[in-house]
Amino acid sequence: MTKKIKNLNLNFGPQHPAAHGVLRLILELDGEIVEKADPHIGLLHRGTEKLIENKTYMQAVPYFDRLDYVAPMNQEHAFALAVEKILKIDVPIRAQYIRVIFCEIGRILSHILNVTTQALDVGALTPSLWGFEERETLMTFYERASGSRLHANYFRAGGVHQDLPKGLEEDISKFCETFPKIINDLESLLTDNRIFKQRNVDIGVVTKEDALDYSFSGVMIRGSGVPWDLRKSQPYDCYESLDFKIPVGKNGDCYDRYLCRIEEMKESVSIIKQCLAKMEKGPIKSLDGKISPPPKADIKQSMEALIHHFKLFTEGYRVPKDEIYTAVEAPKGEFGVYLISDGSSKPYKCKIRAPGFSHLQSMDYLIKGHMLADVPAVLGSLDIVFGEVDR
Amino acid sequence: MKNLEDLEKKINSELNTKINNTEIKHNQIYIETDKEDIIDVVIFLKTNQDTKFRQLIDITVVDYPEQNQRFEIVYLFLSHEFNQRLIVKYSIAENEVIPSLTSIFPSANWMEREVFDMYGVSLKDHPDLRRILTDYGFEGHPLRKDFPLTGHSEVRYSEDQKKVISEPVKLEQNYRNFDYESPWEGTRYIKEEIENNDKKN
Repeated sequence: MTKKIKNLNLNFGPQHPAAHGVLRLILELDGEIVEKADPHIGLLHRGTEKLIENKTYMQAVPYFDRLDYVAPMNQEHAFALAVEKILKIDVPIRAQYIRVIFCEIGRILSHILNVTTQALDVGALTPSLWGFEERETLMTFYERASGSRLHANYFRAGGVHQDLPKGLEEDISKFCETFPKIINDLESLLTDNRIFKQRNVDIGVVTKEDALDYSFSGVMIRGSGVPWDLRKSQPYDCYESLDFKIPVGKNGDCYDRYLCRIEEMKESVSIIKQCLAKMEKGPIKSLDGKISPPPKADIKQSMEALIHHFKLFTEGYRVPKDEIYTAVEAPKGEFGVYLISDGSSKPYKCKIRAPGFSHLQSMDYLIKGHMLADVPAVLGSLDIVFGEVDR
Repeated sequence: MKNLEDLEKKINSELNTKINNTEIKHNQIYIETDKEDIIDVVIFLKTNQDTKFRQLIDITVVDYPEQNQRFEIVYLFLSHEFNQRLIVKYSIAENEVIPSLTSIFPSANWMEREVFDMYGVSLKDHPDLRRILTDYGFEGHPLRKDFPLTGHSEVRYSEDQKKVISEPVKLEQNYRNFDYESPWEGTRYIKEEIENNDKKN
């Protein structure tokens, strides 16, 4: 007697704890083997690009916090750089250091979240408890600099919104002393852990060629052995003057990507230390009164400052007609902004290139032939955040 | 090629009939071509030993509703080997169908679905042309300039019907768009005076 066997269609998500957000993944299963994966995205689509077209350049910044909400300032950085390049304004050196410090804090924030939740997905609870304590400290730094823990709205075209409060630099440098120990603790839990390795080694292998073809960037391409980091290859702000290494993987599997993230956190700590050592007092935003608003105290005394303030917060500054693509190395990969300005105070178009979008797209390629239980492991190592995938 | 100018020359000489215009600005090359030639141009850029634009970064569309050739299709490429970025674009009219790049770059799949979803530009030979970011059963193409910011319909849970329903947008107050731009540009003679002084110094 022959039995007819039918493939099983399984809905993974949109409300699944290991889907890292609102991913609806339709899996076609043959027994426990995944034959096909079809991700349905857009459940968190907010029309960011449309909204930005209707806001001034300054009002557009908060939307970037809400893309990859795990590392908000890295996104703002890309937009700020794009506008600066079109306006051809210089950023004071202190502002560059502040921005780099907070981008690296963002990288640590994002990598802690990713490494620990990936461990959670494959069965380890403790790393997330340890890691989140550190994230809380880092978010306090965000709060002290910008006023909010997550949606910072801190970077501006031409610098940052305000200077660091008293004592923050010392506290960040204290954190840099203690944090490497936490990374070692995390590593002692995971790196040689038998279960963690069984779940991650040789899972979701990406070859060099495929990493290029599928538009991978960031850790996803470095894990496959391509030494490519925009901070080194196309340096922006003060990255050129800093000394750091680019960790590169060998096998392109989930485990190598985990190792890359751990090493990157260590490099980030070293970058922050260097910035703190080099930083000097000075202006923190462009001195051009037509672009950055005047200090509040001036408004009460100077007519010109009052006019500038009024114009900047109603009309906003105008940006000459131009188009530009600028990319930064966000924690998840190449985050880019393709900006078209038309001479008015609002962008004509602002296309956001999110790294997670092309990473998630390759889900079908990555998971084909793997077991169902590998889906969370692969998904975890892709480092998906739906804020940026759905925009 | 290491140098942007050399690369521009190379592209112009190898593809001279297929390229309408090239320009270097912001340390990137901008190339204008035609819909018919895009596949050839992309294959050349990807495979040629001197270009090696092995990665497609993004595909997007710019909408200019007042022009006959309404949509401008933009492709962004990156060459890891030579550390260069390149932008290819061409314009099409509203109902034209454009060729798909999925056979050259597998990553073009979702990017083109997004183009279709957001702008309503159709693609030929695309393996899986569905909407991607908008809701199931969504109507219209949100990033077109003539699509209102507030949209056409909104969803809510209806207590009477015990299900989620979609109904036309009802706004208590219309969306307000203030025009702050003043036609006043300052007096011309002062501007000229300042510019002349700058030149002298």
